[in-house]
Amino acid sequence: MSASAFEPALELVDVDVAYKVRGIDRQVLRGVSLTIERGHSYGLVGESGCGKSTAALAIVQYLPRNGRVRAGEIRIAGRDVVSLTRPELRRLRADDVSMVYQNPGSALNPSIRVGAQVAEVFTVRGVKKAEALELARGALVKVQIADPGSVLERYPHQLSGGMQQRVVIAMALAKDPTLLILDEPTTGLDATVEAEVLDLVAGLQAEFQTAVLFISHNLGVIAKMCEQVGVLYAGRLVEEGSVDRVLHEPRHPYTVGLLRCIPRGGARKDHGRLDTIAGFLPNLGEELPGCVFAPRCTLAKEICHTEEPPLHALGGGHVSRCHFHEEAEQLPRVEAAQLELPAIERNFEPLLRFDDLGKVFRQHGHHVHALVGVSAAIWPGEALGLVGESGSGKTTLARTLLGIVGPTSGAVTLDGKALEGRLGQRSADEIRALQIVFQNPDSALNRRHSVRRILRRALRKLAGVSGAAADRGMIDLMHSVRLAERYVSAKPGQLSGGLKQRLAIARAFAGEPQVVVCDEPTSALDVSVQAAILNLLVELQAERRVAYLFISHDLGVVRYISDRIAVLYLGRLMELGPAEVVFDGPHHPYTEALLSAVPTIDGGGRERIKLAGEIPSAAEPPSGCVFHTRCHRKVGEICELEEPPLVEVEGGHLMSCHIPIEELRVLQAGRREAATA
Amino acid sequence: MNAVAAAAPVQPSEARVARRETVAALLRSKTFIAGNLIVGFWVFWAIVGAHLTPHDPLAQTSSVLARPFGHYWLGTDSLGRDVLSRVLAGATSIMKIAPLATLLGVAGGTVVGLVTGYFRGFVDDALGRVIDAILALPLIVIAVTAIVSIGASNATLIVVIGAVFTPLVARTVRAAVLAERDLDYVPAARLRGERAPYIMFVEILPNVLGPIIVEGTVRLGYAIFAVAGLTFLGFGIQPPSPDWSLQIAENYALLAGGSYWWTVLFPGLAVASLVIGVNLVADGLTQVVER
Repeated sequence: MSASAFEPALELVDVDVAYKVRGIDRQVLRGVSLTIERGHSYGLVGESGCGKSTAALAIVQYLPRNGRVRAGEIRIAGRDVVSLTRPELRRLRADDVSMVYQNPGSALNPSIRVGAQVAEVFTVRGVKKAEALELARGALVKVQIADPGSVLERYPHQLSGGMQQRVVIAMALAKDPTLLILDEPTTGLDATVEAEVLDLVAGLQAEFQTAVLFISHNLGVIAKMCEQVGVLYAGRLVEEGSVDRVLHEPRHPYTVGLLRCIPRGGARKDHGRLDTIAGFLPNLGEELPGCVFAPRCTLAKEICHTEEPPLHALGGGHVSRCHFHEEAEQLPRVEAAQLELPAIERNFEPLLRFDDLGKVFRQHGHHVHALVGVSAAIWPGEALGLVGESGSGKTTLARTLLGIVGPTSGAVTLDGKALEGRLGQRSADEIRALQIVFQNPDSALNRRHSVRRILRRALRKLAGVSGAAADRGMIDLMHSVRLAERYVSAKPGQLSGGLKQRLAIARAFAGEPQVVVCDEPTSALDVSVQAAILNLLVELQAERRVAYLFISHDLGVVRYISDRIAVLYLGRLMELGPAEVVFDGPHHPYTEALLSAVPTIDGGGRERIKLAGEIPSAAEPPSGCVFHTRCHRKVGEICELEEPPLVEVEGGHLMSCHIPIEELRVLQAGRREAATA
Repeated sequence: MNAVAAAAPVQPSEARVARRETVAALLRSKTFIAGNLIVGFWVFWAIVGAHLTPHDPLAQTSSVLARPFGHYWLGTDSLGRDVLSRVLAGATSIMKIAPLATLLGVAGGTVVGLVTGYFRGFVDDALGRVIDAILALPLIVIAVTAIVSIGASNATLIVVIGAVFTPLVARTVRAAVLAERDLDYVPAARLRGERAPYIMFVEILPNVLGPIIVEGTVRLGYAIFAVAGLTFLGFGIQPPSPDWSLQIAENYALLAGGSYWWTVLFPGLAVASLVIGVNLVADGLTQVVER
């Protein structure tokens, strides 16, 4: 193995992987070839079901029992892993490869202290126990855990998600592996935490010279983390090249479509609609004689359906598997009629207003202030975006408005009429007026009820129609959310994620609601599906003048759909204003940090603001301005002692900060110039 | 035919495929099949009863305590009644009482479990204490007390066993309901203005049927056990029924001498086989449903 130091860290040659389902082999990876040189980072992107995770599992020979590598070679540091015996495989996993998965909570054993788990990485390699613990401490220091001693003593559930992921990364890197596989490592984390974890991985990679295979559906993350990128579609690598080339001069229609689906660069709903990719991913193991993407490609010609396109080399390592790669960028846009968005008249009474809303939960004898004095209003036809880290009270606010939980203090008024706090005391009309689209349609739709039953019941309860009228109403609703009629007797389990969310939207719109709360409605969906759902929501808004309270952690999505933005932190409103103003600044230091944390495809731009520490506990909020413990613009003692009031700093723009707006303007303009220079 | 299926608008419905897979898995499970064969055998005899037995199970003859494997395959008892006929016909009473008692217990437990799991809070706490109190006492003690005060009859037996099973089933159902009520379809139903009974019985109940069916089968095994035990003690099925436990109770004094074992062994084996059969079915169901 003396030559192994010169071998690439990972080499896949024409790898075919199949899963045996009901007796038939179904191909999941189709002739995938890729190479990662030592110390380099490679990003694998694609929508769910394209085979990204299967590739990762095949590399470490950890496929589920019904999966196998049917053909091709997988070499890690020159060794063919497919032919290794079990003990050899164990050695390989102990010494050369590490994997970090999406959910750190399930990667750690909940009943073993962190210290013992990290030390195990060393003891399996023959290090003595006491020494291993010392090494474990060192490993935690490397991932910038400030207080390794106490973390080692704790159980995983006593750590935050970001901290858990650091521990997992510490374990993965502890053995100085040749190859590190990261499978959606930051998907469940907040933008601010994600940014920290990504910085950490980037730093460590440079230090250890580890080769990284980075799997993500988030092109922004890939742009930030990788040098090379491969685009996977239906198990085939359709395009590959340097991140710069692939993301800015894509030469495969799938890549082009994927990039156009994402609301970015300040795109807004009044600028036009998002592009989508028509159709669906082929079924698992479907035989595709031609190009795998042909059935969904608007450029597809005769040859695409019959002949598998070869890999076209485009120079500089950029390859595309498309017959017409030169035309890829001319992929026709899915143009739809421009919509007449409702004009928002803010001179009248707002549709929904909430004043000084507070919610206190009791938890193990502590009072947790989930909402503290939140006031805002929504006008007809408007979309109010709600952003903030997890735990900032976004969902609590939504649920309090809807009456699912009653407020501890404050009032909600709809059309000038005060609403009861609890759902049970509201009138049928008031219930009908306020509806919600939940984040996860799997959870929001009863899996035992058919589409017909779900919609007819909603129509009966919310619109008061039954019989033949309900059938007509059901068909109308299905048309308006573009859910084909043939699905009427399907159960949610038979629908794809996007269709399920359409059904959930149809249900919310059954009774002509006035305000619809959208609680992260697209975060469980792929980007192409997300684009279609966002388009649908905008269309419904244009048609029916409905108002939205739109919650999302994806700032690009919020910016696209919202007219105004509210920023929450620890249950308090930090900033509220028109979308452009909040995004372009001058903005609250917290908003500034939040925006800087988001990795963008276009890269560059802002330099990230590092927020100190973690979000404080809502049971013991900091004194004064609650953000002062993490604020990068803290001015002094006043921030610790006095809570800044939420005041209108310019027309329609409210902020809660001790720093005057003009000063913020100067400070933040300086940053922006520095970034562009 | 495959081409037609592939072209169908909705792909062969996943729910139906899942159901078919469940059935296929059950049919592949040897435990489940073996259990069903045993239970099926006894169900058959419980239905046909004395009509098909070689002799009348109640008819007394002069050949008292005949040894087995002679003219009477399993011998005769102290009154000269054919043991084989009595064992076969003895399934009738227990196969009526045990399933009915189980059904009552499952129905009661489902309602209590749905209510406690859905409302939580005070109702849950109060009912939880009651359940704990009931569980603290052995089944036989409660049953004997109740039967003595009400008087022994098949109806009493059903009600008493059903009542004792209610809290046990309720606990299982409650746990399943707790997981379901955290799903968003519950607040979604409330946001349509649905009332609690609708949410509990139409929205949640269909989603917790799996554990209820498994629990019901397990309970059936225990119900057979309970009926047999109470009958043996004289609080259950009353003579002259050829019930298995009655046969054991009537004849176990004969065991003392070491002879006449057939009068007790064969009815004992019958009870054991039925309980084992039901438990095999329950195991098979558990493995498939909770996979």
